[in-house]
Amino acid sequence: MTFSDRPTHLINDELSLHRRDLQTIQNMIPDGSRILDLGCGSGRLLKVLKQTKHASVTGVERDQNKILECATRGVPVIHTDLDTSLGLFSDHSYDYVILSRTLQAVRRPDLLLEEMLRIGRCGIISFMNFGHINARIQLVFGNMPVNRNLPRPWYDTPTIHPGTISDLRNLCRTLNIRILREIPLSAEGDFLPGLAGVLPNLFASNCIFIISKGDHPEGLSV
Amino acid sequence: MEDMNPINSVGIVTPQDFLFGATGEDALRLDCGKTLRDVTIRYETYGILSEKADNAILVEHALTGDAHLAGYHSETDKKPGWWDSMVGPGKPFDTNKYFIVCSNIIGGCSGSTGPRSVDPETGRRYNMNFPVLTIADMVRAQKHLMDHLGIRKWLAVAGGSMGGMLAIQWAISYPDNLRSVIAIATTSRISPQSIAFNWVGREAIMGDPGWNGGEYEEQPQRGLAIARMLAHITYLSDESMRKKFGRNLQDSKDYSFNFHKDFEIESYLDHQGTRFVERFDANSYLFITRAIDYFDIADYGDGDLTKAFSRIKAAFLVVSFSSDWLFPAYQSRELVKALLNNGLDTTYCNIESSYGHDAFLLETKSLGTLVSGFLTARHLEVVS
Repeated sequence: MTFSDRPTHLINDELSLHRRDLQTIQNMIPDGSRILDLGCGSGRLLKVLKQTKHASVTGVERDQNKILECATRGVPVIHTDLDTSLGLFSDHSYDYVILSRTLQAVRRPDLLLEEMLRIGRCGIISFMNFGHINARIQLVFGNMPVNRNLPRPWYDTPTIHPGTISDLRNLCRTLNIRILREIPLSAEGDFLPGLAGVLPNLFASNCIFIISKGDHPEGLSV
Repeated sequence: MEDMNPINSVGIVTPQDFLFGATGEDALRLDCGKTLRDVTIRYETYGILSEKADNAILVEHALTGDAHLAGYHSETDKKPGWWDSMVGPGKPFDTNKYFIVCSNIIGGCSGSTGPRSVDPETGRRYNMNFPVLTIADMVRAQKHLMDHLGIRKWLAVAGGSMGGMLAIQWAISYPDNLRSVIAIATTSRISPQSIAFNWVGREAIMGDPGWNGGEYEEQPQRGLAIARMLAHITYLSDESMRKKFGRNLQDSKDYSFNFHKDFEIESYLDHQGTRFVERFDANSYLFITRAIDYFDIADYGDGDLTKAFSRIKAAFLVVSFSSDWLFPAYQSRELVKALLNNGLDTTYCNIESSYGHDAFLLETKSLGTLVSGFLTARHLEVVS
């Protein structure tokens, strides 16, 4: 066995994020924050935040291979399940808890929102909008949406809770969670992307929500 | 040395002895209140210590391990050191980058002072007059070695099983003398189940007439072999035994209808017991398992694990294995929770494996990736 074919981490690794929602999140984080990324994948966002924002970061991931990628990047990560095990983290131990494209993949999104705001002062959610026009058109023709943003068919998609921007707003209201800011995003290939900011529930394929149980965005550059 | 690969092996290594405690002042103070004079520590080193002495890593061995971590003692050596798969040029513990130290714990029987050593007061073997040690005592002895080697701060202290306990203890005992801890298949407090197995192992040894109150010339073979067989079962898993042995019969096609070794698993355990007696000492087994029983880091925080880690500064890599029932994943998670509560830089992985506790010596690929990434990040912190 050889270990020399591994990428030389922290040296050659690119510092650019390809996903627009992640770029938006990167830009809003203030220097030196404590960041928890739930469902951090292979740790790209956290590594960028660690290096460009000197953030003290922790990832949470359930896939062992992604954990190994995080380790190779030098990103601290905890191997656990978002549905059952966030009790590992104490109250208000982070400034920002990030959940990018993960809320719709857990068993109980409502409970996870509560957990996020127990652990962090602010939550930052990147949410896939099933109310987007592309998805609606597919539904009109009788099928669950499969497109660039929602690439997997209904039976094997990790997105087990398809919801719309409007649905998430309603859920936050029910849970007494304040939405401090919504940042609707469009992606390449979206229908009329220029309208994403005007009618987000119809024209934004993705939306970033900043949520809190308090009043202020706590220093975020938004 | 037939399977030695010259490219990634550390090659031939020579064990060394470090002696301290010649005077009462220099003697090793122990948790039980006694002191130990004329202490020998057997150790091996691999790689080169940097000028700033900032690339040193201490690797801790498990219950029955020794200082021979990697490489070979001679050209005719058949087997390399116990963690050769992880230690060498280009391997996770990369000897091209790091200076690696491994020492036999005190209380052991592989070169360091233990119960079979000669008591300078009496001129006879200590045997059962050897002081009952703790994991903290073993670490305190290693601190003498660290000072002797001119190292002020370990880049990492790493170990699996009992070795992981020593690594965690280092962070508690000497928080300013290490940058990070790698704790594999281990726990921060020994469970009653582990204490139970240790008890039965010791009862097997002490119940063997050959043990003779610890005053034996030849090892109490039966007792020590039974202790080892029992312990060995706890290192495996139901799944690994099913995969490796099934219900396979050893020699014949049918049951013998007597009580000899019919099954492969019986023959395997018997072989493990017999081999163990050749290389390990019964009294050492008693003293080391007792030290393990007493291990509870929460003692440093009045029973509160989070409080116990409040003075720690080290970054941690914690690894458990899914089928390990001796130190199950929940024990690692308990440790991780205490570390996170203190805001420490923590990485945790529960590696999927069917090998049980033994996985820490076998799952080299996943474990290697974790260790390599973690060490590289620590190394970059000191060189940049």
